[in-house]
Amino acid sequence: MAKLHDTAVKQIEEIIARYIDEPTPLMLILSDIQKEYGYIPLEVQEIVSKKTGIPVAEIYGVVTFYSYFSLNPKGKYVIGCCLGTACYVKGAQQVIGKFEELLDVKPGCTTKDGLFTLDALRCIGACSLAPALKVNDKVYSNVKVDEVQKIIDEYKGAK
Amino acid sequence: MAKVNIKIEGVPYQVEEGLTILEAARICGYEIPTLCSYNHGECSLASCRVCLVEATGARGLVASCVYPIAEGMEIRISSPKAVHARRVSVELLLSNHSFKCQQCEKNGHCELLHVAQLTGAREDKFMGAKTPTHYDNVSPSIIRDTSKCVLCGRCVARCVNAHGTGILGFEKRGFNTYIAPAENRSFMESPCILCGQCVNVCPTGALMEKSEIDKVDEAMRQGKYVVVQTAPAVRAALGEEFGFPVGTPVTGKMVAALKRLGFNKVYDTNFGADLTIMEEANELLARIKSNGVLPMITSCSPGWVNYAEYFYPDQIDHLSSCKSPHQMQGAIIKSYFAQEKGLDPKDIFVVSIMPCVAKKFEKERPEMEVNGLRDVDAVLTTRELAKLIKRSGINFAKLPDEEYDQDLMGDYTGAGVIFGTTGGVMEAALRTAYKVLTGKESNPIEFKQVRGMEGLKEADININGTILKVAVASGMRNAKVLLDQIRDGKSPYAFIEIMGCPGGCVNGGGQPYIKPSLMPNEDLDIIDTYRQKRANALYSEDERQVLRQSHNNPQIIELYNKFLGEPNSHKAHELLHTHYNKDRVQFPEK
Repeated sequence: MAKLHDTAVKQIEEIIARYIDEPTPLMLILSDIQKEYGYIPLEVQEIVSKKTGIPVAEIYGVVTFYSYFSLNPKGKYVIGCCLGTACYVKGAQQVIGKFEELLDVKPGCTTKDGLFTLDALRCIGACSLAPALKVNDKVYSNVKVDEVQKIIDEYKGAK
Repeated sequence: MAKVNIKIEGVPYQVEEGLTILEAARICGYEIPTLCSYNHGECSLASCRVCLVEATGARGLVASCVYPIAEGMEIRISSPKAVHARRVSVELLLSNHSFKCQQCEKNGHCELLHVAQLTGAREDKFMGAKTPTHYDNVSPSIIRDTSKCVLCGRCVARCVNAHGTGILGFEKRGFNTYIAPAENRSFMESPCILCGQCVNVCPTGALMEKSEIDKVDEAMRQGKYVVVQTAPAVRAALGEEFGFPVGTPVTGKMVAALKRLGFNKVYDTNFGADLTIMEEANELLARIKSNGVLPMITSCSPGWVNYAEYFYPDQIDHLSSCKSPHQMQGAIIKSYFAQEKGLDPKDIFVVSIMPCVAKKFEKERPEMEVNGLRDVDAVLTTRELAKLIKRSGINFAKLPDEEYDQDLMGDYTGAGVIFGTTGGVMEAALRTAYKVLTGKESNPIEFKQVRGMEGLKEADININGTILKVAVASGMRNAKVLLDQIRDGKSPYAFIEIMGCPGGCVNGGGQPYIKPSLMPNEDLDIIDTYRQKRANALYSEDERQVLRQSHNNPQIIELYNKFLGEPNSHKAHELLHTHYNKDRVQFPEK
């Protein structure tokens, strides 16, 4: 537990205190921690366990069950490529493949410089824009493989 | 309790309201194939779908383990639809199962194989991808092999129910789900107390003890002087492996078997238990006299010691410094016994037969050696002993009753025997404390206030007008109550007994499996009564003993006179006492 900074521990304890009296506080606590920090490592799960009495293994189970939660820090820009049916038939696999090649990461992983995280998403509800992808909250539509480099450069430049 | 009328296969029955179909059917004489073995509340997931039946009022087939009966319900177990559905359920389980039965340590006790046979399921009906598997054999006690896991969740429930620690959980999702300690760590890198309760409830070979039979074989091969000792709880359960009813004491046959297996000496750990009482009772009285740290807590259970180190390191001084009985006995075998017999202690190999898998870890602790000699070299569980006997062609039931070796450490008292059940160590200690404090034996000898299978017991013991407040807990969920009291400075007790497993060693993680579906001749409520039945076997042996207080064991008295001096002497401390590790990290950095 030595790795966590005191102020972080305090903040996490504050989040826990917000929901501790709820009948089932775990999802609420984890959601806020995920929002605040972008990930929920084991050290943080241990604090949640101590305060709520829920075993660490159970918390870890919840964190690994929902794709919303992450065990590792996310990059500054999260690229979410939709691989839903419509996007898939329109070539989304080639698009995400290009991202993998250019960024040198697998889906679910973050680049070494911490700038990009590549995620494979199921349907994001933008089938008419297929293949679609999101970078943080910005949606890109009808993406072609040869546009991938341009999208990356857009954010690399903004560094 | 109100009754309801149901029909099973068209035959009318009246049963208690509130039962599940599975429970009601069992009472009426039907065994619906199931993987949950009637462990009340310890698998309520209904995920295995092995027990599907037809019931009126329900849409489609229902899982009888969770579906409640209702007035007028008609249940069909044998309809072609239900029979087929159960077979397919099992075939689906088998499609993701590593089917290496002849190598599997649970062979003969496997509930999955049992239901596969019952339902006529074929292992290769559904071929396809298999879930990635994980194998953990890092701890000296427990092996986890997810290739055999059916995700029933009984281990998860047992850990939470018994200890509140919840070491195991479901990880990931869907087809990739597996059961593991957080982060898929080994048991050694998470705050697992290694009690083995999860092994006891696992229906397959996914959770197993780590066998040490090879170590014993190797020692025999090398021509070592092999001394074996057996814990009290072993005799109360070993017979189950050979078809005896639960609760049959088989002390004499067990000794006879061990003598035929080539051990040089066969001793009873009860001698070590008597020795523990001498040390522990005197330590308690010294603490009371000198205003030492109270309450004092027993330290015989290695699962409990692990728990204390992980979760209450700030309260560790409350633990008695006594080693557990088999460690004490091991230390005495390699010192006093070796000296008296003119043996080089390096040539002696000590094997402990224990009802416990945490003992396998305990014997590996760095503290458990004297002058570079390990107190104990191998620990076998009751189940492993049964394997040793079976592979040697011994017909256990036909063995005569024989006596333990009598020289040097052959005597034992009834106080030592009852160590194997919750409340037993407390009662044994009280018998001796009474004598030390008053100079007289207690009358009656028994302290029945501390008996029984409740997880948490307390009693006021009147010793010549002085009231000694004591408490007994088994299962860490119950121990936690007493420990929180201590932490808050509100504990009214002077002496506390804590055992790791619910019910004490009779229900240890190394004991024969209690699986009602595989025990057709046992009582229907065996899952509720086996602990008490095994404990009764120990109490009856206590009653048969002439000597029933540890301080009256003549060989213990001789040991002190010739070798140790007096209880808690310098020499006794060197050989028989230990210390604890306050710095164990629950989840060490990987």
